[in-house]
Amino acid sequence: MISLLSHLLNGLSLGSVYAIIALGYTMVYGIAKMLNFAHGDVIMIGAYISFCVVFYLELPPVLALIIAMAVCMVLGIVIERLAYKPLRQAPSLSVLITAIGVSYLLQNSAQLIWGANTKAFPKMFTLPDANLFGGNVHIANNTISMLDGRLNVSGNTVLTIITCVVIMVALTLFINKTKMGKAMRGVSEDKGAAELMGINVNLTISVTFAIGSALAAVAGILLCSTYPTLLPTTGAMPGIKAFTAAVFGGIGSIPGAMVGGILLGIIETLGKAYVSAELGDAFVFAVLIIVLLFKPTGLLGKKIHEKV
Amino acid sequence: MKIRKLFAAVLALCCMVSMFSFAAAETTITIGVIGPMTGGAAVYGSAVARGAQIAVDEINAQNTGIKIVLDVQDDEHDPEKAVNAYGAVLDNGAQMILGTVTTGPCLTVSALAFEERIFMLTPSASATGVTEGKDNVFQVCFTDPGQGIAAADMIAAMMPDAKVGIIFNNADAYSTGIKDAFVVRADEVGLNIVATSSFAADNNTDFSVQIAACKDAGADLIFLPIYYTPASLILAQCKNIAYAPTFFGVDGMDGILTLEGFDKSLAEGVMLLTPFAASSQDEKTQAFVTAYVAAYNEEPNQFAADAYDGVYALYEACKLAGIDGNTSPEEACELLIAQFPTLQINGLTGQLSWAPTGEVTKVPTVYVIKDGAYAMVEVAK
Repeated sequence: MISLLSHLLNGLSLGSVYAIIALGYTMVYGIAKMLNFAHGDVIMIGAYISFCVVFYLELPPVLALIIAMAVCMVLGIVIERLAYKPLRQAPSLSVLITAIGVSYLLQNSAQLIWGANTKAFPKMFTLPDANLFGGNVHIANNTISMLDGRLNVSGNTVLTIITCVVIMVALTLFINKTKMGKAMRGVSEDKGAAELMGINVNLTISVTFAIGSALAAVAGILLCSTYPTLLPTTGAMPGIKAFTAAVFGGIGSIPGAMVGGILLGIIETLGKAYVSAELGDAFVFAVLIIVLLFKPTGLLGKKIHEKV
Repeated sequence: MKIRKLFAAVLALCCMVSMFSFAAAETTITIGVIGPMTGGAAVYGSAVARGAQIAVDEINAQNTGIKIVLDVQDDEHDPEKAVNAYGAVLDNGAQMILGTVTTGPCLTVSALAFEERIFMLTPSASATGVTEGKDNVFQVCFTDPGQGIAAADMIAAMMPDAKVGIIFNNADAYSTGIKDAFVVRADEVGLNIVATSSFAADNNTDFSVQIAACKDAGADLIFLPIYYTPASLILAQCKNIAYAPTFFGVDGMDGILTLEGFDKSLAEGVMLLTPFAASSQDEKTQAFVTAYVAAYNEEPNQFAADAYDGVYALYEACKLAGIDGNTSPEEACELLIAQFPTLQINGLTGQLSWAPTGEVTKVPTVYVIKDGAYAMVEVAK
């Protein structure tokens, strides 16, 4: 029972990271109608930037977060302007292949800059030591201890889950309540009509990429804080799994990315724990195949009626 | 092949001419070094080339009448490129090979060298397949099963009552080779293995399930026959859930303290079985480390030490067998095969001797990480 609970929490934490990455995929897909396969590598760049700020420059982690977000934001905009914008009218296959190219470009640039050797990601954010709920919950050394010490959870797990929820709420509010959010929904629905209504489509798409990439930096720091190694290929696998999560939840839908990411994390962890520790990745992609077979629009995806 | 033979003949002729003209007692032996100098495994190949060069410089400075020249070729940890590198060192006049560094390419090259009768001494390819059935291939490093057996013996000697959990990489021949031998030996010496958990990808990052399997089974010692990168993640994730068993690693764990950004306090108390540690107070080791740091501005690892010992082994064997610059690679091969099982080398990685099968015998040392450095552990036999 206790072990099931701790597997669930681990799954929830892993799923929350997938969810934040999936938000980036789903926003870009929903608004620009393209799959940005380089998204996973923007995560890796974000993690490297924060590593450099904390480890080489010895600045506080909060600054690392801000700098990493800013760098990734600029990177996202530059990638969009240089690689994707010229292909706005091209068939979607060309854009897809370009995105894969950008992904390799980022990985190899990182290897050139930071080398191929693994780096250990430093500890960034820790929970303060405390006793909560009348002494039933202890927090010490960034570990939360519950049920008389039988259930121990890493502070990173809780931090990841909280960050994930905050981001989702903020993003939903942004999309539904602000002028830019309205523009995004407009571009998503009909690019041509939105342009006729006076919406600056290029600006809207740039902002989408900026937000998605800034979220990638957050995801990178959370990912590497929980699993503290850093390589040029760090973002590749989580990126593909988050894409699966986005499809699972219904690509283009923000709550869908959240639900898909969290469910996928839990499925992966439970599958590893109770079926086979070596087939964790297989479960994730089996989910993708099943979803595509039975519900191609995903859990919360909208059915698109093609008008002839 | 024809061109290579012709080349060798011309080279031999040149050597003879030079012998006549100088009539000196000095001879030069050429050793080919093959390993990954670039790419993902470059850290191992370059360590081998550098460690070997330190040994060569020492030997050449002694003026014993035998000079050694290294011909280093890059295989990028790729079997096909390793075959090209093998051809290149022979074309450049190598009489024997120190290499290859990594197991995959070594399996390919050793098969070729067996057919063409070229002597190979690999500093670091540890799979048994490298030497199996080949009388001309010898190893400086432990075999994978050898490490597993030694680890089980050491744990049984130090902590006979330990409840052992194992986390290994099922996608890696090195890791499974050690683990299989460890499990068999643990049974023989009466160790209690309570949990065995595996992962299947070199880039695996989430070990919560494997750790939980060990924790739930009540393991108080976790045996980690894996490389230091995943091991560093396991240490961090155990700490996160306040689980503090004793960790016991093998030579793949060596290097964890050099991981950039690594919180060394995580490795406090970790035990590892490795034949070489740069922080050892042994005089020979200290001299080697000083020379290495002076030349390359980094601490040598076990690969460098194995290569250093390898060069000395080849040098001693050549001296005893009377091999000089004129000996053809094929002749040298047969002479070295006969010589190696009789060798006794007092090297950086211990007292080395070889079985005719190519396997090395040496005593590994147990180290414990204390205050961010290795400290030797005395094991009562």
